[in-house]
Parts: sequence; structure tokens; C-alpha cells
Amino acid sequence: MTTTTAPRAVAPPSEGRKQAQRKNTWISRGLLSPAVIFLILLTQIPFVVTIGFSTIRWNLLYPLQRGFTGIDNYKAALSSGDLWPAIVATVLITAFAVVFSLLFGLLFAVLLDRNLPGRAIARTLMITPFLIMPAAASLIWKYSMFDTNIGMVNWALQLLHLPIVSWSTEHPMASVVIVLTWQFTPFMMLILLAGLQGQSREVLEAAQVDGAGAWRTFTWITLPHLRMYIEIGVLLGSVIIIQVFDPVAILTKGTGGTKTLAYLLYERAFIGLNIGEAAAYGVVTVVLTIIVATVALKTLFKVFMAGGER
Amino acid sequence: MTRSAKNTLINIGTWLLVLIFFFPVFWMFVNGFKPEAIASSVHPKVIFHPVMTGYHLAMDRGMPDYLRNSIIAATSATVITVVLGIPAAYALSIRKVRSVENSLSFFISTRFMPLAAVVLPLYMILKNLDLLDNIWMLAIVYGAVNLPVTVWMLRSFFLEVPLEIIEAARVDGAGLFREIVRIVLPLVLPGIAAAALITFIFSWNEYFLATLLTSSEARTTPPFLGSFVDGRGQFLAVLSAAATIAALPVIAAGWIAQKQLVRGLSMGAIK
Amino acid sequence: MLWKRQALTAGVGVLAFGMALSACSSGSSGSSGGGQVTLNLATVNNGQMKDMESLKSEYEKAHPNVKVNFQVMEEGDLRSAVTADVASKAGQYDIVTIGAYETPQWGANGWLVDLTPALSKDSAYDINDLLPPVRDVNTYNGKLFAVPFYGESSILMYNKEVMDKAGVTIPENPTWQEIADAAKKVNTKDMSGICMRGKPGWGDLFAPLTTVVQTFGGNWYDNSWNATVNTPEWKDAVTFYKTLLDTSGEKDPVSYSFNECLTALKEGKAAMWADASVAASMLEANDSPVKGKMGYAHMPVNKTKESGWLWSWNLAIPATTKHQAEATDFVKWATSKDYIKLVGTKIGWSNVPPGSRTSTYSIPEYKTAAAAYAPITLSVMSSVNPKQPGVNAQPYVGIQYVSIPEFQDVGNQCAQLVADYLANRSSVDDALGKCQDLAQKAGDAHKG
Repeated sequence: MTTTTAPRAVAPPSEGRKQAQRKNTWISRGLLSPAVIFLILLTQIPFVVTIGFSTIRWNLLYPLQRGFTGIDNYKAALSSGDLWPAIVATVLITAFAVVFSLLFGLLFAVLLDRNLPGRAIARTLMITPFLIMPAAASLIWKYSMFDTNIGMVNWALQLLHLPIVSWSTEHPMASVVIVLTWQFTPFMMLILLAGLQGQSREVLEAAQVDGAGAWRTFTWITLPHLRMYIEIGVLLGSVIIIQVFDPVAILTKGTGGTKTLAYLLYERAFIGLNIGEAAAYGVVTVVLTIIVATVALKTLFKVFMAGGER
Repeated sequence: MTRSAKNTLINIGTWLLVLIFFFPVFWMFVNGFKPEAIASSVHPKVIFHPVMTGYHLAMDRGMPDYLRNSIIAATSATVITVVLGIPAAYALSIRKVRSVENSLSFFISTRFMPLAAVVLPLYMILKNLDLLDNIWMLAIVYGAVNLPVTVWMLRSFFLEVPLEIIEAARVDGAGLFREIVRIVLPLVLPGIAAAALITFIFSWNEYFLATLLTSSEARTTPPFLGSFVDGRGQFLAVLSAAATIAALPVIAAGWIAQKQLVRGLSMGAIK
Repeated sequence: MLWKRQALTAGVGVLAFGMALSACSSGSSGSSGGGQVTLNLATVNNGQMKDMESLKSEYEKAHPNVKVNFQVMEEGDLRSAVTADVASKAGQYDIVTIGAYETPQWGANGWLVDLTPALSKDSAYDINDLLPPVRDVNTYNGKLFAVPFYGESSILMYNKEVMDKAGVTIPENPTWQEIADAAKKVNTKDMSGICMRGKPGWGDLFAPLTTVVQTFGGNWYDNSWNATVNTPEWKDAVTFYKTLLDTSGEKDPVSYSFNECLTALKEGKAAMWADASVAASMLEANDSPVKGKMGYAHMPVNKTKESGWLWSWNLAIPATTKHQAEATDFVKWATSKDYIKLVGTKIGWSNVPPGSRTSTYSIPEYKTAAAAYAPITLSVMSSVNPKQPGVNAQPYVGIQYVSIPEFQDVGNQCAQLVADYLANRSSVDDALGKCQDLAQKAGDAHKG
């Protein structure tokens, strides 16, 4: 019998048992505390300060006019009409980027799981987009790929006698999603590659012996096995992509429905320079994301969260 | 079509796709060796007379100093997340107790916080503590930003460790420290490598906090790369050169850890 | 357990909040032990600054106890970092590069050292040699709070070969209609008739667009700080700009600012370009495929006589510096006549920073090296009137920007609205209507 208790222990607690449980709880708390305290100091405290800032009137460029204003900043933030488009933009861009990078990641994971000559080199080449600094990647896509005069994408289109595409003007969201997908496909590929390699060889061989074709094996055996890895990829990917801001800042500057929450917050804080209002925007964003995250985690990722029942 | 012919076709197709996907990186590498005028020419020049101007400009502006700061910040942040994350993940998986479970949600919620929301307050706090332009402070902030993800990942890997091994160790009388360090850690080492690499990559490439919280002494590589952006002049070649140099350490780390990474993320192979 | 942790967090948070609000200034990072002084200079990455960085060793040789540490940043980052630093008195920088937009505002806030005494005392410095309009935009209440090291206006540049082949002549002082007609005539599938900025930003799209609005008779505000954006003049100007882009402009205008148009002109992908005067020196550089082929004219006008803009990058000294004497000395050196000659001899005469001093344009070597574009630059920069660039009086000094703190934000958001109109995603009335509201809110703060 292990000393870690099941969530619903029914047996009447004996004295020794209770003591062991208590000791266990203290050990767990002790293991957990350093990390928790560290995070509280560095994220929660600045957040509390942000809440404080949201109740004052403070424009960086009018340093002498500071004062308490209660919820005025929230009224301004909620009535400006900027929040809803930002939410839509964030959801759309994140969803598209995550889904596409997942699909491409799956494709490359499957292709690079095989016995390819020079496989290690291919894998390393594939990882590089994820390693390049995001701002540099966005700049390179803007000038070397998307530009109408010197960009390679348009050059290739011209070779094929297709019309040139005005990426930032006519397809702003696509431009941002393309760059994000390109950067995060390697991330998904690595996670899914791990999942593929964790498949039991016996099961695969048995399927082959039973006469199942490649496609059936993939859909009925591989994909279900990959489910946990897909969930990890989607969860981690969403968390990181939702904060990303470089492609928007460099390619579209928030036009064409690409002004995500991250970019809106940056704009309010560093261009609006109205710290009080920016703080209000920040608090609203955090509250929204926590609500959405909690709901998503409780419903979509039950499998992931629950994993660990022993 | 024979099996091997089909195989070869798929192999060729795979390599084609890989090269297309890799192309922007390749182009960035090539552009680093061009003079500015040629890097921004309409007809892409693959054959040209390579120059080292871009690299000279990057080095002349003091790139080694910024690389050094990045190494300090990224490595320290990684150490912080691993040292704090291992016990925390352990408590959330192997030594799980119910009252400690809501901490997982706590970890998750902090990672969702948009940086831009707390960056100015953080700036003000650090300014008043005279901790601006301090590389160790930056590393600590990076550690805090990455700790949630590290804890999550490590937790999944710890969950994969078979219960029997842990029970056997306890029956043998192993204390907590031994249990963690001698028994469990060696099994999840590839997983730790994976989580550490992700923290390292993030800290190495982080731009926003680095620009705001540092000024001269603690300046890292990303703001340095940003310094080549010119509002009145072409800069693609020098930026490509600097970005290539900046990517080399991470690519090296990725190449070395590549095997570890895949093994690490596939901890299920233990079964 | 959870509530206890929350209470602890709240308590510490309130404490931290109090600390964050306190106005205590922290020490700067410059050291001053034993007479060795390090000056931290925050600046942009433009040609003049790159040259200054490479020449700083000359200054350090002459002043062995001073080291100058150049912190080069991208323009947007520079603004954020320097504004945050100077406004919160963090004191990380001894010298900062700011634009003509910031100088009067920061001077009024008392954030910058008044440089007039140090500069006017020195007759060798010759403070009156600074180009008068450039000096005006950097002055507040008669005090010079920042010194220009680079000045620009805007000019029209055209590819003479292309124009001659099409039989089009561009006069020295063209009108916008003439330019629109010329652009249409030379516009082909492979080469746009004209290249104009479209990138959303108060300094990108709105630099030329504001001047177009002004020469069409409109402006951001009337003399009583009422926003005048949803007026017929604005609508005419903005629709004219869009029509010009649609018929003869570059594809993908939203991604185009100075650099992209520069590439287009150099690569023969555009025949004309209305932008900063410094572009001329780049089009005449040795590595430029269009060297010697370009012609230059004043910015096109409609209802006004001139419509060039005025911008300068300047060196300023934050009041928080601990090394005011050394910083002032460096600033003087970097904007002196001797420095200009130093650039000319050590780097090249075409690299000499333009638009800061009148005497620059009398230097014989400069006159020769910059013969193609120096005369028009001087002519244009001397003829702009930053006090009243438009048809009507305005309550601020400045041409392509409104010298109020809110303008960065208003200009940026309006630029995004107009960019959506340029991309056919909204109507001009929609865009200008929303812009009017934003501008009015900002204007209200300055009334009375």
C-alpha cells in the first residue's frame, strides 16, 4: 500500500495513517513552495501593482497630473470599442496558427519518422525556424519573402505567371498566420515526433500482419495514440502564440483585423503612454484569459489535466 | 510501382518539402554575405561576390558583449526553472496530494498573463529597487515567465515513471532526496533536457522585456539585432548577418539536444 | 490555504504599489570614480549616427577621461525606452536622441537641460549657424532644449530617363495634379508611376499625408484646438492620395515606407517618389543603379506655396544626468562645424549630415560632392514655415506632426484607419469620422 492517498479515501483514518498523510502533505507543500513563492513575487505582485495603476489617472507625459479616478479607466477601456476586435483577432490568429502548425507539424513528423537518408540533418534543418529570433524572422519574411519587389514568394509567383500578391495590404491576417505557422511547425513536429516514436512496435507490426494499409493504421492506431501529444502541443502552442506580437508589429501594424490583445496592450502602454488606461486594459485582458483558460482546461483538456491518477 | 521506387519517391518528396520549409533561413544566411544593394535587388542573386561587411558591422558594434549577456541570462533562467521546477513538478505528480492540486491551475494562469500588462509596473518596481539594467534580474524574470511551462512539461514526464520503481525504492528505505535524485531524475533526464531547451530558446530570443529592462550593461542579443533596423536606409544584409550569428548558439544547442529532445518528449517509450 | 496566499499577495502588492508610485529617482549607471566618465548615449540607427559612432574615437582621444557608450536602438524602441526613462527620471542615459516632435514637449516638462547658455557662449560654435526653421522647432519659450545633428524636408524625386522617354517634364514647383497626371502617363505593369508611403504610423503614412492635407487646405486642428478632420479638405486630400496609389502607385502600399520606396526607385520599379530629402543622397550614392539619372523638385502643392515637411534628429541631455558638463561638451562637439568637416574628410563628403547648419552648404568640397541634391535641399529647408504650413493658422509649431503628447497615439490610430481605407476595407467617411473623434478628445485636453 502506498502512502499517497487516493482522492477519495473511504477507510476511517487511523492515527498513524493521518500522521503519514499530514507528513506527506507538508513534504509536497515544501517541494512546491519555492516555485510558488518565486512566481508570486515576480508575476502576481506586478499584477497587483497593475491593478493599482488602473485606478489612477497617470499619463507618462503629464507627470504632474496624477490622481485617483476609481473605475474611470475601465470605463474608457470597455467603451473604446477596441477590446472586442482585439479579442476576435487574437482568437482567429491563434486558432489558425495553432491548427496549421499542428497539421504541418504532423505531416513533417510522419515524414521524418521514416528511415530517410540524412534524417538527422533534415530534422535539424526543420527545427531552425523555431530557433530564429521572432522579430528577425518577421523582418526576413517581410523583406525577403513577402515584398512585392524583392520578395521570393512573389518572385516565384511571377515565374509561374501568377499575379503578385500584396501581402500586407490585401491579406494581413494570412501574412501573420503564415509567419506564425512557419515558426511553430517545428515545435509541433518535435512533440508529435516524440509521440510517433513512442508507439509500440508490436502493435504496428500486428496491424501490418492483419493486412491494414498505411492509411488505416494511421487513422485507427497512430492518431489515437498521438492524442495526448496533440493536446500538449495545442495547449503549449496556444499559450505561447497568444502572446506573440512581432509579426503584427512588423507586417501589419494592427490593420486589417490583426490587432491582437498583445499588440493592443503594447500600443496603449507605449504609444498611448496612458499608464492608468493601459493598466485597465491589462487587467481586463488577464481576467478574460484566465476565464477562457480555466474553461478550456476543464473541458477540452480533461485528459491532460486528469492524467496522473495513481 | 515497386515498394522501393515508392519509397525513393517519398524520400525525394520529403527532402523537397524540408528544403522549401528551410528556404527562408537559408536565404537569410546567404543575404548575410551580400552587400546591401544586392540583398535588396529585384532579381534574386544566388551568384554574387560575397563580402563580410555585414559580419564586420555586427562585430564592430560589440556583438560579443551582447552574446555574453544572452548566454548569462538564458543559462541562468534555465537553471532557475529546472531547479525550482523539478521539486514542484514532483509534488504535482508523484507525491501528489489533493490540496496541492489547485497549484497547477495557478501555474497555468500565470503563463497566460500578457507581458505587456505587467511590463510597465515591473519597470517601475525595478527602477525603484535600482535593479534596472541588471542581467541577473533579467534572468530571474525570464525564469518566472518560463517556470509554468517547465513545471507542466516536467509533470507529464514524471507521470510516466512507473509506480513500481518508486515503490521499490521506498520499500528499500530511500529518503526523499534519494528518491528524486538517484531514482527518478535519471529516468526523466531527456524530458528535463527538453524543458530546459525550451526555456533556453525563449530566453535567448526574448525581445520586449530585454529592450525595456536593460539599457547598456545588461543588453542582450535581441535588442542588439533590433538596433540594425534603420528608418532611412537598407539594412537587410547586416540584419541577416547578425541574426545568423545570433542563431548559431541556439542551433548548436538544438542539434546536440535534438536526440535528447525527441527521446525526452517520447517518455512513453519507457513502457 | 488559497485565501491566505491571496491575502499575502495583496499585502505585498500594496507595498510594492506604494514603492512604484514613489518619485524617488535611482542612480544612473555612469561611473565617475577617479575622473573616468562614461556617457550613455541612446540613439537611432541612421547613417549620421553610424558615422558618429565610428568617429567617437576621435573625441575620446581628445578627451581621455571620457568614454561614450552608444546604445543604438530601433526607432520605436528608442521612443519607448527613452520616454519611459526620462519621464520616470530613471537616469540611465546621459545623452538622448529625440526628434523635433519631442523637444518642445520635453523641454516644457523640465526633463531636458537648457542648452542655450552653453551654446551661445561659444562663438566658435556659432549657434546662429543652425538652420533657422530647424532651430525654431527645437525651441520652447526661447530656449533651445536639443541640438539638431540631422535635418530633412521632403522633396519630389523622379527618374529623368523615364520621364524624358515619355515626354514628360516635371517643373521645379509642380502641383499635385501635374504629378498625378505624370504618374499616370509613365505607369506600367512593371514600374509604378509613383511610390508613396502607406505604412500605418504617424511618422510613416502621415508624414506625407499631413502635408498633402495641408496643401489641400485642411489641417489637424483650427486655432482653438477644435479637430478639423472630417472636413471636405481632408476628404479631398485623402481620396486624392488613395486614387494616386490605386492608379499609379506601388502594390501593397500598407507595407511601404521610406526603405521600401528607396528600393523601388533604385531597382527601377517606380518612376517618382515624394519623400525625405536625404533620399536624394542615397539615390546618388555610388552603389545606386539610378545614380545620375534622377531629377529633383519641390514637393507638389495645391493651395499653398510650399508643402515640404520638416524633421530633425537632435541630441538632448536629460536633466537627471550626473555628467552634465561632459555631456554638454560631447553634444557641442557632435554638432559643431569642425565635426561636419571631420565627417567629410574621414568618411566622405556625401556623408556629411544634411539640414543642420547653413554653413555646411558653403563648404566647397560638399558643394561638389553633393551637387545633385544639396541646392534643392537647402532651398526647400529654408522655405518651409513650421509655424503655419497650411492655409490657416494653427495653435502649435510643427508641420507633419502636432506638437502635443497625444499626437503619437492619435496619429498612429488615424494612420491605421486610413490604411484600412487604402486597402478597401472601409470608407473614407468611416475612417475620417473615427479619426475626428480621436483627434477631438486630444484637442479638448489643450483647450483653454
